[in-house]
Amino acid sequence: MKTFNELKKNLKKDTAGLQRVSIALLADSATQLFAQALKGYGYDRNYSFCLYEPDYNQIDSEVFNAQSGLYQSGCEFVLINLSTEHLLREFQSLPLNLRTDFCQQKMQYLEALVAAISEQMNARIIISNFTAIDESVFGNYRNKTRSSFGYQIRTLNHLLMEFAIDRQNVFICDVLALQERMGYEKIFDPKLYVHADMVYAIEFLPFLAKSFSDIIAAIKGQIHKCVILDLDNTTWGGIIGDDGLEGIQLGSLGIGKAFTELQHWIKQLQERGVIIAICSKNNEDTARAPFIKHPDMVLRPEDISVFVANWETKVDNIHYIRNILNIGFDAMVFLDDNPFEREMVRSSIPGITVPDLPEDPAEYLSYLRTLNLFETASFTAEDGERTRQYQEEARRTVLQKSFADEETFLKSLNMQADARPIDNFSLPRVAQLTQRSNQFNLRTVRYTEEDIARLIASPEYFSLTFSLQDQLGSYGLIAVVILKASDASTLFIDTWIMSCRVLKRGMEQFTLNEIVSVAKQHGFKKITGDYLPTSKNALVQNLYADLGFRSTEGLWVLDVNEFKAKKHYIKTITETAQ
Amino acid sequence: MEHQKIISEVQEIFREVLDNDDLEIQENTTARDVEEWDSLNHIQLVVAIEKHFKMRFTTAEIQHWKNVGEMVHCIAQKHSG
Repeated sequence: MKTFNELKKNLKKDTAGLQRVSIALLADSATQLFAQALKGYGYDRNYSFCLYEPDYNQIDSEVFNAQSGLYQSGCEFVLINLSTEHLLREFQSLPLNLRTDFCQQKMQYLEALVAAISEQMNARIIISNFTAIDESVFGNYRNKTRSSFGYQIRTLNHLLMEFAIDRQNVFICDVLALQERMGYEKIFDPKLYVHADMVYAIEFLPFLAKSFSDIIAAIKGQIHKCVILDLDNTTWGGIIGDDGLEGIQLGSLGIGKAFTELQHWIKQLQERGVIIAICSKNNEDTARAPFIKHPDMVLRPEDISVFVANWETKVDNIHYIRNILNIGFDAMVFLDDNPFEREMVRSSIPGITVPDLPEDPAEYLSYLRTLNLFETASFTAEDGERTRQYQEEARRTVLQKSFADEETFLKSLNMQADARPIDNFSLPRVAQLTQRSNQFNLRTVRYTEEDIARLIASPEYFSLTFSLQDQLGSYGLIAVVILKASDASTLFIDTWIMSCRVLKRGMEQFTLNEIVSVAKQHGFKKITGDYLPTSKNALVQNLYADLGFRSTEGLWVLDVNEFKAKKHYIKTITETAQ
Repeated sequence: MEHQKIISEVQEIFREVLDNDDLEIQENTTARDVEEWDSLNHIQLVVAIEKHFKMRFTTAEIQHWKNVGEMVHCIAQKHSG
């Protein structure tokens, strides 16, 4: 982690060309230094954070006044940081009989803040939770005493979590987790607090900036979707080719515990939807054997989406893995014990994250945990299905090689698709797709579940979701189109997103046919669309041209009456078959 | 530790925190003489100096410094003590 001074040097650098993110910073303590740390840290993550910073301790006048600078700023994000130190000041001035209600009072206040902000602006609200202060009034007895400050703060953190569960636009920055790791002495500087009313130590500010930025980046779609594992001395101790199945260190053998616990962690990532791939210099049979036969392996063949073991370079193999998964290199984390391999991958594959694992495997897991590499901004039931879907995809890639031409391959897949408007069941997945998809995304408009609910209730909007299945399995919901009537005869493609897993299957053609049929059904004569370039969506820059749209005055236009249905090999699943 | 050595080390800290590599400070330099030396940076200077010299200043000490010389004097005193 860079120091505060190092981050501060970024403030003088040129931010032109970086993605601009507007953030309002609401706090009850002095935030000037934190603001510098946040901007400086954002620069290293390729963001230009533009901050709206109201005067010191002006939360109420900003939030409960419709004409305030906060609402004029129109910021995308509102960070709310209430400090435990200030809460303690309030708490101790309360009469004794009101102290047992302190956490409820504070929670109502937070709810009022969120309600007021949500009503006035369409912003994501990130609230920091509350660090602990050992106020040493009741000692350990605080844990069974409602009127103690410790009891109230811990309960408040719990209430805040419960509150956030149902609020799509509310996120919690886990400052408490940082304190748990670093300790109160590292995060709080009494001198700074007394002199400047700053509640965080200068050394701590970069960590706080990272935590807020992790959430912002995840909401912006910058997340790690896949972890690629080396095997020997990374996934297990020893070298399978030399030590043999009985000799590798796992479980209680040697330092096997370190690897077993790392595997448990990876397994939990897999269960919540992170894709696991293997990339190892080994003979494939040798490398697979422990996954199948070793009693102490936690990871099993069914947990791995892509398994690559051969004698090619890791760089080539990671390119191969990428081709199957169709995700960006910046969505990948590569774990390898060998510094040489790490450096080679890091220098040849821009964007990939390659942590410098400690030399001692006993420290792998605790080190990886400090990096917070797998932040996410959503979690849906479909996430857990991802491993299976990518395994099917790997089999499709092998299958495709056995066919002479693409047409025969596509026919052999026996694809069936379902097209229907967004409903309450698909709504969370749709919102998640708008947040996560970067490549096949024409305009990269990010929507929350609440946004989507508003859209589908509006008579101006029409929506389509697409699910696809074939003989090898189900892809789930893989494409979303949101259409907006821009006038009585024109339908504008506000959003067109597709999962890259279904590229080159004819799904684009199928989707366009469906868009046209929606247009015809509602009497629109023209369909228009545009392409808003980002650093990641070059894939679709020619989509409208390729599909026969004409370029007119900066928009792509399709005449509904002249349209001839596009050819594809996907059958429509009828409603009755559902 | 002699004053001149402390001043040169303090100067390095000033240059780093205030991000100005040409900055020269003397015993009689005050916050008014240095453009970047505002109250916000002052706090950061104190924290950085404490860390560098491995010492703690009291609130009273920090508030009584009128110029660099007094700050250096305070550091020298603590260092010998």
